[in-house]
Amino acid sequence: MIKSILPLRAVELGYIANARTLLDGISLTINRGTFTVVLGPNGAGKSLLLRLLHGMLEPSTGTISWANGSSADRRRRQAMVFQRPVHLRRSVEANIVFALGALGIPRKDRSGLVQLALERAGLTAARRVHARLLSVGEQQRLSVARALAAEPDILFLDEPTASLDPVSVHRIETLLIEANARGTAIVLVTHDVSQARRVGQKIVFLHDGRINGQGPAPSFLDNPNSDVARAYLAGKIIV
Amino acid sequence: MVREFREKPYMHDLNAAILLAAQLIYTGDADLLEIIGLSIGVSLTAVLASCVIGMLLGAAIAVLKFRGRGAVTILLNSLMGLPPVVVGLGVYLLLSRAGPLGVFGLLYTPTAMIIAQTILVMPIVAALTRQVVEDFYAEYDEQLRSLGVRGRRLVTTLLWDARYSLITVALAGFGRAIAEVGAVMIVGGNIDHLTRVMTTAIALETSKGNLALALALGIILVGVSLLVNGAVASLGRRFGRSRYD
Ligand SMILES: Nc1ncnc2c1ncn2[C@@H]1O[C@H](COP(=O)(O)OP(=O)(O)O)[C@@H](O)[C@H]1O
Ligand SMILES: [Mg+2]
Repeated sequence: MIKSILPLRAVELGYIANARTLLDGISLTINRGTFTVVLGPNGAGKSLLLRLLHGMLEPSTGTISWANGSSADRRRRQAMVFQRPVHLRRSVEANIVFALGALGIPRKDRSGLVQLALERAGLTAARRVHARLLSVGEQQRLSVARALAAEPDILFLDEPTASLDPVSVHRIETLLIEANARGTAIVLVTHDVSQARRVGQKIVFLHDGRINGQGPAPSFLDNPNSDVARAYLAGKIIV
Repeated sequence: MVREFREKPYMHDLNAAILLAAQLIYTGDADLLEIIGLSIGVSLTAVLASCVIGMLLGAAIAVLKFRGRGAVTILLNSLMGLPPVVVGLGVYLLLSRAGPLGVFGLLYTPTAMIIAQTILVMPIVAALTRQVVEDFYAEYDEQLRSLGVRGRRLVTTLLWDARYSLITVALAGFGRAIAEVGAVMIVGGNIDHLTRVMTTAIALETSKGNLALALALGIILVGVSLLVNGAVASLGRRFGRSRYD
């Protein structure tokens, strides 16, 4: 077992597409076992930032560095849950097995990890069901279970509960808090202030492609150190 | 001649043909069974070969990024419309005694027919597979990249997940192969008991004026096509194809 790939350090990240600066001057450190919420209005660049951190896109400027591990280790030890769940056309169980195989987890370890992941997500009874027959809430829970199955050092989530009912939201938040307690660092993107309050330890407020304020969750949310963040948290529409 | 034709309306031929078709099937006519067997054997083999080559090729084009990808796609799409007689002629030139592959003596054999039909069907399978796999790839791309899926695993994953659409692709290929006459006629020669298949038999009987027999063979050919499609559909249902795909 190698050491954790964390901390993750992003320095002065920028992203320019079609001559538009979409992200600018983002510096950010994610330490082991932390729970960071990236908060901000639609179009702030939250999804883009997450894709850069997860290595889906190359930043135009700035650097992203991990503390340890080869590039293969880094792929294996991080995971991402996308806004819209994408599952292979096979059973719930087979989807998790596939992910473990793709991450290079030895065959003999897979069934144990799959069982654990299914249990934690409350999907054991649905293990043989075709993944695409699950309800939207269950599908997103499967996404989280699949992402957590290999016990990653860090998990990125892009508004995973944006279109779910309160019970499904609660179950996913519980999964995240439990995984965090086991040592997985979480970076959760949301535009939902009350969700940030429920789960976040640290808040990063993103607006117009820049970090517009950050701090420990309760104090930042109660007393944000930026005017835009204060307006957003007060429920005002900001542009 | 013309008068006689008028006095014998089409209905007469059609009725006679249906009767004849039923009779041929009911008595298990040995010549007919041989022709049906060869038709299915040749076309199925050609489709199988086309699927192995065409699906890998189509999937590779769908996931690889290379210069000239657009041109290759256009080329492949236009090859779907290759005229069978042109393919037949090309294969004939290759396989004839004087041709580059003449030493193998394959002309006027079922192997030559399989080669011709494979050339005819492979582009169809490749072009349709390219489209199907590309659509799947667009949906899966980020998730699979996030899981570190690349190379061969990427291609096999996409092909496997697209399996039900690809069965339809294979059926389209089979339909094209079993129905074409130009290519098998030129490279097979319609030799009785050797290279005669349903379509060439129909062409022969028509030219001899045995319209009822030709029509009966036509009806049987359509029936064979229906049977193959029906069998595949019911297999698909048994193995869990359903609305979510
Ligand atoms: N790959 C991309 N190429 C070009 N523009 C993009 C890309 N991704 C996002 N954008 C643009 O960047 C802006 C921020 O998008 P996004 O990160 O999705 O915002 P958020 O997730 O905060 O709602 C939007 O204006 C969007 O159109
Ligand atoms: Mg977003």
